[in-house]
Amino acid sequence: MADDRALIFARLRESLERLDCRTPYPEFAADVATPPARHGNSRALFSQRLRAANTQVVESVSALAGLLEDRGVRCGYCDPVLAPRLSTALGPQIELLPTFDRSRIDDYRFGITRASAGIVETGTLVLKDRDTSDRLGAVAPWIHVACLDPRDLYSTLAEAITELDDDPNVILISGHSQTADVEGIMIHGVHGPGEQVCLFLNQEEDPETRP
Amino acid sequence: MNRQALDAYAQGLDDAVLEAIDVGARSGVDKRLETLTEDYDDPDALRRLAGLLRQHTLDHLDGYLSQVEKRLIENGARVHFAATTDRALEIVLDIVRASGTRVVTKSKSMASEELDLARRLASEGFEPLETDLGEFVVQLDDDHPSHIVKPIIHKTRRDVARSFERNGLGDYNDDPETITRRARAFMRRKFLEARVTITGANFISAQSGRVALVTNEGNARFGLAGADVHIVLAGIEKVIPGDRDLALLLSLLIRSATGQRMTSYVELVAGPRSPTQPSGPREMHVILMDANRSSIVGGDMAPILRCIRCGACMNSCPVYRQSSGHAYRGVYPGPMGAVLGPLLADGGQGQLADLARASTLCGACGDVCPVDIPIPDLIARLRARSVKNQLTEAGHGVPPMGTYSFLARHPRLWRLLMRLGWIIDWIPLRRFPVPTARAWFDSRTLPRWRGGRFRRWFRRTERQRSRG
Repeated sequence: MADDRALIFARLRESLERLDCRTPYPEFAADVATPPARHGNSRALFSQRLRAANTQVVESVSALAGLLEDRGVRCGYCDPVLAPRLSTALGPQIELLPTFDRSRIDDYRFGITRASAGIVETGTLVLKDRDTSDRLGAVAPWIHVACLDPRDLYSTLAEAITELDDDPNVILISGHSQTADVEGIMIHGVHGPGEQVCLFLNQEEDPETRP
Repeated sequence: MNRQALDAYAQGLDDAVLEAIDVGARSGVDKRLETLTEDYDDPDALRRLAGLLRQHTLDHLDGYLSQVEKRLIENGARVHFAATTDRALEIVLDIVRASGTRVVTKSKSMASEELDLARRLASEGFEPLETDLGEFVVQLDDDHPSHIVKPIIHKTRRDVARSFERNGLGDYNDDPETITRRARAFMRRKFLEARVTITGANFISAQSGRVALVTNEGNARFGLAGADVHIVLAGIEKVIPGDRDLALLLSLLIRSATGQRMTSYVELVAGPRSPTQPSGPREMHVILMDANRSSIVGGDMAPILRCIRCGACMNSCPVYRQSSGHAYRGVYPGPMGAVLGPLLADGGQGQLADLARASTLCGACGDVCPVDIPIPDLIARLRARSVKNQLTEAGHGVPPMGTYSFLARHPRLWRLLMRLGWIIDWIPLRRFPVPTARAWFDSRTLPRWRGGRFRRWFRRTERQRSRG
């Protein structure tokens, strides 16, 4: 490996010596690729773009209960920090499991985890590893519910990316899992969730469960 | 028949396959154009900016590569350098063996195609699983991808249904939703069984070490939730200076590849999982592979290494659309493949040198490239190189140009022939005693001769203009 490293760097330096001058770094505004019409930073705009990106928006836990009931699902994974607050509002008919048992992967019909932020420009949910109680709970079930404090919004993709901390794994989610591999026909729910939901939760209501 | 290899391949394709490729590629062109023009007043300015950014990175690749290595190690990842594809394969095999796994999940990665990785893992006794739906079908059929974004653009739903049936994934059913659900059910357990998952990298930030993975299906995400070990296999040119560059490049990549503003998932992986996270890789290995790239850097073909693998050039290429990706005989199809393929194979000195002819030089590929690669110029340079180096492979199937060359260098003779050009209307071209010409005229009819008038028109116009 050390030899390969030395060899690659030697070859690179030899090749780069051929250059009379090297292209300088082009200066540009961080949000240069944000379309002018997509600037803005309001919850309403964010909700609109979440929906445009195939994410369902639910404004309250009772609305989430209605959605889960409508889908006929009873049992799912839930971030243990969120569970106490949600279980009361969701009612006794919904079972929230606080751990993800791999041997029961198909028993989790939904997964509820926290989102760290949202990006208004693209209607994107940001999931950081340190805020996600279990990666599997967010990807394996058919329905994924990301709980987001609506004040944690970035205006643009550029802003979100440049302000990331040192979290080792960040996922930007814009809608449900999908594919158009077979004849270009769009089908949702390939490996990840077939339904992506954003539930807005305000910190004031319960600071302990701030997403 | 003395044809170029690409022509010969295209001639043997079924009409259904040709139609599938043409329709699939054209839809990519339309979606890309719609999103870019709707979003930006001047998308070309962004392309030029991204081109400069990528060229800057390549011109300072030694420094950025060293930075990315340092940063990844600080993040807890292990960094490996591989000078060749064989060396990269050895490294992958060592890591997989050490993990004790049998099943290995894999996301779509063109770099891994350079190693023929899935087949090589299988031949070593492992069970590699391509998890991108298109790549999964390619694996079932022991086929190769024919497009870098849409690997089964050459297959119909009936082909896919037959593959699934043959491989015990249910009775024949060509409904795309049923096919997708069956793949989902099959792969869920495998994601949990595999201790190792392999991905490529769309970009790697030298500033943070973040590896960007762009998908719509969520397969990379599932792989990175189920496995204990993550192997990133990437060409050394995938490095970019910093995180702020990611927003620009992701915006252009995604719009150019699929016409979306964002794909369903963009995963930014900087290292092994967080200590508080119960699922996901505890080990992260990043393999930075050269495989002839360092010889391209700094030279006149270097701009091809700006490529961010969006597939826009092949979607817009009339030659690709009528021949399929397999006709390019290498990992990378289409116009970018016609340049990168021969250079990676042997510096453009033989094996795939004929691919420089696989272009009409119409310029469409250069016009759509999100990182402003002058692909037609690079193709012309490869052609010039092949003439200079007398590469016979490059000229295979090309009609002898000696007569044309002679006439083009003798203006009087040229003018005379232009006046006599009408004679061509009376020559039975399909019986012409040159095989390449016969192949050409088999499927084409020349319009009636109308040439030879331009010079007269030009003289007359000039005279009138000078009279005022």
